[in-house]
Amino acid sequence: MSLAFLLEIGTEEIPDWMIVPALNNLQDMFQGLLDQHALGGKVASTAATPRRLVLRAKGLVERQLDTEELVLGPPKSVGAGAAAGFAKKMGTTPDQLKTETTAKGEYFAFTKRTQGQATAAILARELPNLILKIQWPKTMYWNGKGSERFIRPIRWLVALLGDAVVPFEIGGVHSGDTTNGHRLLGKPSILVTIEDFEHQLKSNGVILSADQRRDKIETEIAGLLAGRALKVKPDPDLLHTLVYITEFPTAILGGFDSQYLELPQEVLVTVMRHHQKYFSVEDANGNLAPNFIAVMNTIADPDGLVRHGNERVLRARFNDARFFWQVDQKKPLAARVEDLKNVTFQAKVGSYFQKTERVIELVKQLGGDKHAQRAALLCKSDLTTDMVKEFTDLQGIVGGLYAKAQNEPNEVWRAIYEHYKPLSMDGPIPSTREGLLVAFADKWDTLTSCFKVGLIPTGSKDPFALRRAAQGLVRIIVEGKLQHHIVICDEQLREFLRDRIEYYFRDVRGFAYDEVRACMATYAGNLIQLEGCLLWLQQVRQTPDFEPLAASFKRIKNILKQAEYKDGGTYREDLFEPGPESDLYQEMRRTNGQPLESRIAALRPKVDLFFDKVLVNAPDPNIRRNRLALLQSLLTEFSDVADFSEIVTER
Amino acid sequence: MSGLSFQDTVFALKKYWSDRGCIIQEPYDVEVGAGTMAPETFLRVLGPQPYRVAYVQPSRRPADGRYGENPNRLYKHQQLQVILKPSPADVIDQYLGSLKAIGIDLSKHDIKFEEDNWEAPTLGAWGIGWQVMLDGLEITQFTYFQQCGGFDLELVPAELTYGLERIVAFLQNVDSVYDIEWTAGVRYSEVRLIEEQQFSKYNFELADVAMLWKLFDLHEAECQRLLKGAEVVLPAYDQVLKCSHIFNLLDARGAISVTERVGVIGRVRRLALGVAQMWHRLSACEEAVA
Repeated sequence: MSLAFLLEIGTEEIPDWMIVPALNNLQDMFQGLLDQHALGGKVASTAATPRRLVLRAKGLVERQLDTEELVLGPPKSVGAGAAAGFAKKMGTTPDQLKTETTAKGEYFAFTKRTQGQATAAILARELPNLILKIQWPKTMYWNGKGSERFIRPIRWLVALLGDAVVPFEIGGVHSGDTTNGHRLLGKPSILVTIEDFEHQLKSNGVILSADQRRDKIETEIAGLLAGRALKVKPDPDLLHTLVYITEFPTAILGGFDSQYLELPQEVLVTVMRHHQKYFSVEDANGNLAPNFIAVMNTIADPDGLVRHGNERVLRARFNDARFFWQVDQKKPLAARVEDLKNVTFQAKVGSYFQKTERVIELVKQLGGDKHAQRAALLCKSDLTTDMVKEFTDLQGIVGGLYAKAQNEPNEVWRAIYEHYKPLSMDGPIPSTREGLLVAFADKWDTLTSCFKVGLIPTGSKDPFALRRAAQGLVRIIVEGKLQHHIVICDEQLREFLRDRIEYYFRDVRGFAYDEVRACMATYAGNLIQLEGCLLWLQQVRQTPDFEPLAASFKRIKNILKQAEYKDGGTYREDLFEPGPESDLYQEMRRTNGQPLESRIAALRPKVDLFFDKVLVNAPDPNIRRNRLALLQSLLTEFSDVADFSEIVTER
Repeated sequence: MSGLSFQDTVFALKKYWSDRGCIIQEPYDVEVGAGTMAPETFLRVLGPQPYRVAYVQPSRRPADGRYGENPNRLYKHQQLQVILKPSPADVIDQYLGSLKAIGIDLSKHDIKFEEDNWEAPTLGAWGIGWQVMLDGLEITQFTYFQQCGGFDLELVPAELTYGLERIVAFLQNVDSVYDIEWTAGVRYSEVRLIEEQQFSKYNFELADVAMLWKLFDLHEAECQRLLKGAEVVLPAYDQVLKCSHIFNLLDARGAISVTERVGVIGRVRRLALGVAQMWHRLSACEEAVA
């Protein structure tokens, strides 16, 4: 008979962004447990709300199968004493031993039978450890120093195998068959079975399925806006957050006084999104509407109190923002540059004032015009404004908006506004040349000056977000088409950047990893050329002659390596043997200067024939050396573009 | 006027926590930036003795002053601080009960616990917890202390910090804290506005920077002297609090550059850690004697 299994870890509210990775981790570990102990069964599903992680499995056996194992003992020739020792070790008597004949002779042997354990017993023993091994970014203890750690205190545990409780204990909490409903909508201590678990939760104010919670939010938002000529500003990240900070989400529509629409849209959206977790709402033309959507963790707002409360909070937040906007304007950005002397960029590197000076210099070197240089001068001064101190996410954006309000030219304020871009792997890069140059210089300076003082990311530790800076840098150059060579003296930074370049072309742009390695082999600092190489290689790879030739190149490389050939490609024409060897040489000369694609097509059959008929490792050392030289020069002629031997082929 | 008055809210919360075994303390009478800094929290959370206490703590943050002109920001606001050491398993239910006790019908409101971990580098302290959001308003900071004064805590206390002005403005449905009814017929502004105005002026404009630096040095030296030989912790800790408040004043006055800041914070931190170590040492001795 196969059994179903249910595990619910009841906790206090888990941070929303940690839930999905933890569930996946739990699923993997539990499946591993089933497999390791041969309990049969598969994890059927996982689900979570902020207060519970749930795992369901099915097809578990009731107990492990009994196993038999034949254990060989000492050779029969050693006699009775050794047999007695072996029998004792096996927990039996000598008369129970058998004789087993092997190629080496006769041996004492014993058939050891192990009785399978009950699945419930194994789970009871293993689950506490497994649960406490779930990986979290930051854990806590709650039962006193040295006690178990988890993301938040564990308050109840449901563990059912079929109809029976799997008994175990974590930190004084005993597993059982009772769960708890929503804090306000449900009852505590609800008796459940595997079959009625989700239904019981539902009638106690908990929608267990994240998909159902998401659907509920989306459907309700659509309902709230229906017939109003309004649409919600899509925000998948916020939606995900709301799905995982609620057990019973319900959307409500609120409004604010349209006088606040005078404030920049960016500020309003940031206040709503980051501080209040509201969706913004737009009219048909894409302009911000004086409305917002909040998602409650309860069933209804019968008296409108929740809406009223949220509107009140938002009003206070907007008032603050308006106050900052007005106060900050009293001192223009240009007058704030000097204040950057008191703002530390990084303790070992110096102030933002010094950073600004370096960025201006770099922008000049990159050929930035007066607008670009002006933007470089002003780009960090918004760090001294109250608005940025309050809404740090708006750094750069606020600077750009203030620059605009202070009548800086379009090119200048736009460059400031966009100079932190790209903010993510798929976010946009700055849209103007001035913006690209300032963004480039800012990130370049961050990287070089941090590496210079040894602030180098290790493993998962990257407190100054240098990976993001490097990734942004790569995208700015490639996608912004900046024809600048990158020359890096610091070896660690060079390696670090190579990693990011490979990552970008491979994981973001989708080039095959061997293509990236082939082209990186010839990369010398010009990313636009590198991109060209990859695009070319991707195309030429489709042609029928390419992969066979690439395979031959790999062979050539191996031959040269084995022969420890280091003499360059100087060969003597008169030593070439007529036939395939001479033909290959003639074809190389004939096609010299032709586009690589046609050389590949022309040379491929010659190379194949060469390897087919010619023995590189000729008995005469002169001939041998000459052939190696021919191969080396063939390799060299092609290696200017890419290292084709990196291409993975089937041959 | 709907909702409890300011002082009735305080009474109700004190009664509620008194009924749950808390000592009701009076505010600490040295300037502090938060209820956490009062010795009833900072020192009592150390060591193995269980402790339950609740008190209102006026909390002074000179840089937050707005001359009484901002409806939500105050130089001095009142926190109701609760320490439950060790934290009971039903601590969240008890907390929700306290909201009912001040007249909040939870069936008509939205309550969420949003991740918000607390850290006070000057105190060598941090904890894990939430900000409690009521209809989108942060009304309480809820923290499971993990470390204080650089020590892993032996018993994990739950700290509940209620922002009283916010909560009462919410209960009374007023947009400005100054419109809160303190008690029948008396508004918050009548009790406190003049204080906000005068201290904003003093903190931002009048405080004598040279004198403040001198005071900082004096209190620092006194604390160090006490830490060296004299076996008295509480007077030494008062000196830490003085330094901390003077630091905040200098900050409001714009007298500390961002670069200097780190250094000054480090000085306060060293004192605080020294006090915590001494408290730890002395209470360990006490235990040994007992």
